[in-house]
Amino acid sequence: MTHWLIMPVILPTILAPLIILAARYHIGIQRVFSVASVLAMIGIAIGLVVETSDGTVMLYQLGNWAAPFGIVLVGDRLSTMMLLLMAVLALFVLLYSIGSCWDERGRHFHVLFQFQLMGIAGAFLTGDLFNLFVFFEVLLIASYGLMIHAGGNARLRAGVQYVLFNLLGSTLFLFALGAIYAEAGTLNMADLAQRVQLIGAEETVGIRVAAVLLLLVFAIKAALVPLHFWLPSSYAEAPAPVAALFAIMTKVGAYAIIRVYTMIFPADLEVTSGLHGDWLLPFALLSLAVGAVGVLAARKLDRLVTFAVISSMGMVMVAIGLFTQESIASALYYMVHSTLAAGALFLIVDLVRQSRGHLELRVEAPVVGAALIAALFMVAGIAITGLPPLSGFVGKLMVLNAAYDDGPDAWVWTVVLVASLISVVGFARAGSILFWKAQADVAPVAEPGRPAPSPLSYVAVGGLLVMLIAHTAFAGRMYDYTTVTAAQLFDPQEYITTVLETPGKLSETVKADASEGEN
Amino acid sequence: MEFLVASAIGVLTAGGLYMVMRLRTFPVILGISLLTYAVNVFLFAAGRLTTGAPPILTDATVYADPLPQALVLTAIVISFGMTAVVVMIALGAYLGTDDDHVDDAPESASSGESAR
Repeated sequence: MTHWLIMPVILPTILAPLIILAARYHIGIQRVFSVASVLAMIGIAIGLVVETSDGTVMLYQLGNWAAPFGIVLVGDRLSTMMLLLMAVLALFVLLYSIGSCWDERGRHFHVLFQFQLMGIAGAFLTGDLFNLFVFFEVLLIASYGLMIHAGGNARLRAGVQYVLFNLLGSTLFLFALGAIYAEAGTLNMADLAQRVQLIGAEETVGIRVAAVLLLLVFAIKAALVPLHFWLPSSYAEAPAPVAALFAIMTKVGAYAIIRVYTMIFPADLEVTSGLHGDWLLPFALLSLAVGAVGVLAARKLDRLVTFAVISSMGMVMVAIGLFTQESIASALYYMVHSTLAAGALFLIVDLVRQSRGHLELRVEAPVVGAALIAALFMVAGIAITGLPPLSGFVGKLMVLNAAYDDGPDAWVWTVVLVASLISVVGFARAGSILFWKAQADVAPVAEPGRPAPSPLSYVAVGGLLVMLIAHTAFAGRMYDYTTVTAAQLFDPQEYITTVLETPGKLSETVKADASEGEN
Repeated sequence: MEFLVASAIGVLTAGGLYMVMRLRTFPVILGISLLTYAVNVFLFAAGRLTTGAPPILTDATVYADPLPQALVLTAIVISFGMTAVVVMIALGAYLGTDDDHVDDAPESASSGESAR
């Protein structure tokens, strides 16, 4: 069973070249391969979730080299859950891109899609910081290709901004890794967790700089205000299915923060104390507020959704910034919700664009199919703004509950509630301009030459919304699951022993060295 | 030698940041290249500076740390590939719009800014 752990990385790596070599000019075969790969990925992810659900930490040593020297893949509850989330999102995004023919508008959509999945899966599974950097680059370079898929000047311009911003982020990541290596002499996460504890109180300058740099890098990925400037134009200009898939990319940043700052720099570590509460939390609240204001101020529907994404990432970060076991559990619940809701919204934006031809928020005559799109928009809007009865409401309630400690935490409660109100108003305004007031305008004109979205597109959007509803209906179970996951994160000892003490090549030498060191 | 390496990293980083802030694609790409050179040297220095020592564990007491060298190699390959990609995308954008500013053009910025 241990070899299954590397399958989410291997499978797309094999299929992508196969698609480009064997099925270059056959979109039908490409689609079959791509969907089959994603379905297999879901199967594997479910298997891994089941395998790790009892708290087992799965380990895969590449080339059988023992941990601090070799690169390891580690599967615990958190990474397998994120993997499953990614695979489910990818399936519906893929169905939409096939249904709306987005994949025919440029070359190599499915190839890049597979490489993107490989990068994200690797980032979730790796147990090594440098390997995390490499997988970040894999997912980024695939995302550059996907971002400018189908071309167009506006998209290329936004693509340049996106690529340059991320290149700067990667450089910063390397600086952080260099600083960590200089201080600790290792980049394996489990090994780092042990060594950082040993750094003396008077030699903490380097490791503190490294911890802050690393937080900065992950905050760029997670689009935390004021490092969010890359997100609105690139997500708005990217092809809709790609933007929907990118909903998981911001979560990769959040995942990395949770992983690194529970294991390597835990809250009780004196060196980096205050990093969560004093730095992450205020900026998270700021992102929540800026996102909500952006939702209200947006003049185009795609911009509105990108700011909703920033706001919901802010919400995730608030929960992470509180940094208790309970708040991390609610952050994980909210992360799943936010990924599904944001993915659905980007797809709905594309449905609107397809039927209206543009995304300006101004009153126009109703278009064909508007009733169904309006209903979908309303459900997704309710979900992302956090109105009852959907999972956004449940998730926000969990975060607020985590911030309730002999009375509500004034800042968190105020900002969360006011920001939610503002984004509700923003979404209500957009929805009523687009769909409601349209009835009062001139009589419908038959638009020539604009085909209605295909049924498969609606199936994809509906599927994501059904997942959201299931996420709400089984909120109790999900919360139990994330609570246990958070407990595992806050007690990383089993992770560390599994990674470091599983025998492999060279592990004999390490033991010898260790005993020599003790002597 | 420490001073030489440290000042080289510093000068490269400062120059790179200055170039990045010019906000035209060509200087920005050059700036990012300078930054990647800086980070490569920095990664080298992360394994402590040694001269004339083999990057391999032998019986000798002095050896160079081989791991940062492997890291640098990976980083060089990745940054090389990324630079090639960004040059292509930037060329496409420049040839399409006849404008090589990295930030949004004024007319589209007005809608972008208000959205922000």
